[in-house]
Amino acid sequence: MTVTLLDDVVADQIRTDLPQLASGDTVRVAAKVIEGTRERIQVFEGTVMRLRGGGIDRSITVRAVRSGVGVERTFKVNSPRIDHIEVVRHGVARRAQLYFLRKRVGKAASLRERRS
Amino acid sequence: MTIGLLGRKVGMTQVFAEDGTIVPVSVVAVEPNTVTGLRTAARDGYTAVQLGAGTAKRLTKPRLGQLKDLPRVKDAREFRVDDVAPYEVGQKLDVTMFVAGETVDVTGVSKGKGFSGTIKRHHFRRGPETHGSDSHRAPGSIGGGTTPGKVFKGTPMSGRMGNDRVTVKKATIVRADAERNLLLIKGPVPGARTALIMIRKA
Repeated sequence: MTVTLLDDVVADQIRTDLPQLASGDTVRVAAKVIEGTRERIQVFEGTVMRLRGGGIDRSITVRAVRSGVGVERTFKVNSPRIDHIEVVRHGVARRAQLYFLRKRVGKAASLRERRS
Repeated sequence: MTIGLLGRKVGMTQVFAEDGTIVPVSVVAVEPNTVTGLRTAARDGYTAVQLGAGTAKRLTKPRLGQLKDLPRVKDAREFRVDDVAPYEVGQKLDVTMFVAGETVDVTGVSKGKGFSGTIKRHHFRRGPETHGSDSHRAPGSIGGGTTPGKVFKGTPMSGRMGNDRVTVKKATIVRADAERNLLLIKGPVPGARTALIMIRKA
């Protein structure tokens, strides 16, 4: 009973406007960032390497290679700082955490597209 | 000392602030409290308001006699106040007493840890685990030899830990939910889930 009450308290902050995400998906995350006094939207595109947490605590780690350097960013999915998330491509992933991507370079780091 | 409320700890979760920062919060269920008694300087030598909360399944006859036609409250605690004039027996107090951003002192009984060693209880340092050492979690020296010839009183040693009355001071109210009778308090509050909690204005 107490656990459901805890979920209930944060229910209004859980976002329902976001697409369903899975490991291996290529996503475009639009996050609001503050530069000085101005607020703008910064888009980060990459592969969902892992999903973690449940409820209000849910987060995703997105990996991308920028100028030859691997970049990973973790986003709190329910954060009001996320403007929107767009799924560009569904990838085939046979495991939940795609840490093996860190050791791969170039084409080897890409995933096959999921056909539905 | 000021008036407060009695509640029960529900657990912890987190909420997003407007700027997107995550605020860790303790959720305390505060059903409306009933004033079950007043202590006055003339009669008792001090001034306080006794608040009751919850519903008791069974009560002793003396307690029923005290409560008369008041709700059969499970728990009652006194809150010291300067003046009891604004309160009357039978009056209901609820979470609307608090507003978000206000600071409160939160009192409860901490989780019992049982008989605990000096490392957990007094933050002593551990001895070496290997290289022939046998003082892994031993407290080490507890005093001198012939002089002073005794162990000083109050020397930190092993013993019962927890299950103490603990007050967290100046905790911030994040939200006072009158609809669900909940208080969200930033940070931890003492006790296990379902523990009785006293919340007073700081």
